[in-house]
Amino acid sequence: MRMVLFILAAGMVIGLSVWAYQENYRTQAMIGETERLQREIGVSRARLAVLKAEWAYLNRPDRLRDLTEINYNDMQLLPLRPDQFGRIEQVAFPSNDAPITFENAVEVSSEEAKP
Amino acid sequence: MIRKPLRPLASILHARNAGENPDQIERANVRERHEEMRNKGRARAEGRLLIMGVLFAGAFLTVGARMAVVSTSEATEPRTSYAGSRIQAERADIVDRKGRILATNLETHSIYAHPHEMIDPAVAAQRLAEIFPDLDAAKLEHRFTDGRKFYWVKKKISPEQKQAVHDIGEPGLLFGRREMRLYPNGRLAAHILGGASFGEEDVHDAELVGVAGVEKFFDDALRDPANGDKALTLSIDLTVQTAAERVLWGGMKLMNAKGASSVLMDAHTGEIVSMVSLPDFDPNNRPNAPVQGQAADSPLFNRAVQGLYELGSTFKIFTAAQSMELGLANPETKINTAGPLRWGKFKIRDFRNYGAQLTLTKVIVKSSNIGTARMAQVIGAARQQDFLKQLGFFEPTSVELVEASGAQPLLPKNWSELSTMTISYGHGMSASPLHLAAGYAAIANGGTKVVPTILKQDSVVQGPRVMTVASAEASRLMLRKVVSEGTASFGEVPGYAVGGKTGTADKPLENGRGYYEDKVIATFAAMFPAHDPKYVLILSLDEPVETSGDEPRRTAGWTAVPVAAEMITRVAPLLGLRPEVEPAPLAGITLTSN
Repeated sequence: MRMVLFILAAGMVIGLSVWAYQENYRTQAMIGETERLQREIGVSRARLAVLKAEWAYLNRPDRLRDLTEINYNDMQLLPLRPDQFGRIEQVAFPSNDAPITFENAVEVSSEEAKP
Repeated sequence: MIRKPLRPLASILHARNAGENPDQIERANVRERHEEMRNKGRARAEGRLLIMGVLFAGAFLTVGARMAVVSTSEATEPRTSYAGSRIQAERADIVDRKGRILATNLETHSIYAHPHEMIDPAVAAQRLAEIFPDLDAAKLEHRFTDGRKFYWVKKKISPEQKQAVHDIGEPGLLFGRREMRLYPNGRLAAHILGGASFGEEDVHDAELVGVAGVEKFFDDALRDPANGDKALTLSIDLTVQTAAERVLWGGMKLMNAKGASSVLMDAHTGEIVSMVSLPDFDPNNRPNAPVQGQAADSPLFNRAVQGLYELGSTFKIFTAAQSMELGLANPETKINTAGPLRWGKFKIRDFRNYGAQLTLTKVIVKSSNIGTARMAQVIGAARQQDFLKQLGFFEPTSVELVEASGAQPLLPKNWSELSTMTISYGHGMSASPLHLAAGYAAIANGGTKVVPTILKQDSVVQGPRVMTVASAEASRLMLRKVVSEGTASFGEVPGYAVGGKTGTADKPLENGRGYYEDKVIATFAAMFPAHDPKYVLILSLDEPVETSGDEPRRTAGWTAVPVAAEMITRVAPLLGLRPEVEPAPLAGITLTSN
């Protein structure tokens, strides 16, 4: 009887230590993974900040104004005036013609990932 | 243990035989035993004390050793927490009321040199001067060879420049990480943002410190790492600010003014939607403070907040509002305007002679100094002071800019009756355009005080009441009439029912004695739409001259008003105000104060 108890106890110790060993390594791996992810998040944030700054810089009012002036012939954009407010009744129903098609469209959503 | 008996038979018998008292033996033995017990107890207590002492010493040593380890070792971020991932954002962004970036950070590098590690200082200096045209090769070479161990070459460089310096291949040129404050919109809202510069710096990093404007006012909050990802939201609207700057700049050039400022404020919340001061500067490259000349002429000077000017006739509406508030007059009350009005050796004149008497409304519409001064005489100095104090004209505005606290309005030391009379039409005390905006906002929103703020507000906080709704309403009708039939007729913008008051104040001489003949500050204080004001606009031009006529015109009606009208035309649609037909006044009913 005693012998059985001893063997059971020894078996439990071995089993638990194997389990603890595995958990230990899994935790370490997980910490490593978290650190990697956090570095990645940090880098992404830095890149996001730069992109936001760049977006703000490219959208600065001075530049947009100059661009509208340069492209006046094509776009004919002018500052918003009070007489441009209309009423909903003044808007015509859309015609049944084909929807607008863009020619020579360029896919830009994947451009940023390129080196 | 064998205890020693208290009454050993042998000793007792012996004592009895000797005729002594055996009890003495017992007492002696009891005493001996007690002594023994006491000694044992002390020894045990001492032992316990020793153990406790050792335990405590061990605990304190452990704590001390741990503290020493913590204080001497390099700090590490907790490895698995979320906070560790926020490595950027040493200084929080500043955004406008719609979340568009006004100020952000950009990672750049600085270059420094370790001349003792340099291989070929002459070539390095030469190549550096090629990359950075503002550096001088000869000077650099001198710096690299005069025996110093360290030299800052450049504080901020672009990635391209960094690569170019890398390509020199000089081991003595090193890079340090730098966070740079970037204002992507350039000059836009320069006076509000202020600017930032480097504070403490070393080769690895440098701290960014605000030097003016909101950057300095909120310096601690912006630098707080806990706020790193929370942007500071201002009440400024980027598009409105752009349009206002553009119009004001054009107006300033057209009217030959040397400076200009405008404040556009929400009449209910006190939010400053746009605030412009010209000339301005680029906060990315903030110029140094002037060392000579007048501070007020520097581009760094924020005229809208720091500039204290006699605001002229724009003050008259406060006198009119107060006399209606006190029940001294109603809009139809006849006021004596026969002039000139003499007070001692001082004479008050009108721009033109308006006859013997005018109604209160006409006094405002025609802008009669005499009529206003007479009303002020009736109101009296004490009540006038009280009213202006309630409107906030006695202390610096509490707007969140560092410059604001220095703009203490200039009040007469001795508030005599003459001061009362001149102040009633805006001479004799100086305040900033922002003060005036707050004062007009109180009339515009129906009579409650407004505290100007540069931060976006979530809700309307109603200030203390300074005048009744009826007085404010009657004042608004007068202001509307100034535009529709009075001195500000150029201010009419179809669909927006502008109401406002012009003010042309002579500039005081620098020596403080009297006024310039031909230098004025022209101000137009407006609210729109007058029947239900949403916004207050204060626009002032410094030394404007309008020269399209036979003789130069300097009055605000010819200079500031047309610029303000153009500004409202541009800005009101951007603010989402749709032009609407002004409700006609109800016939036969005169609104008066009660």
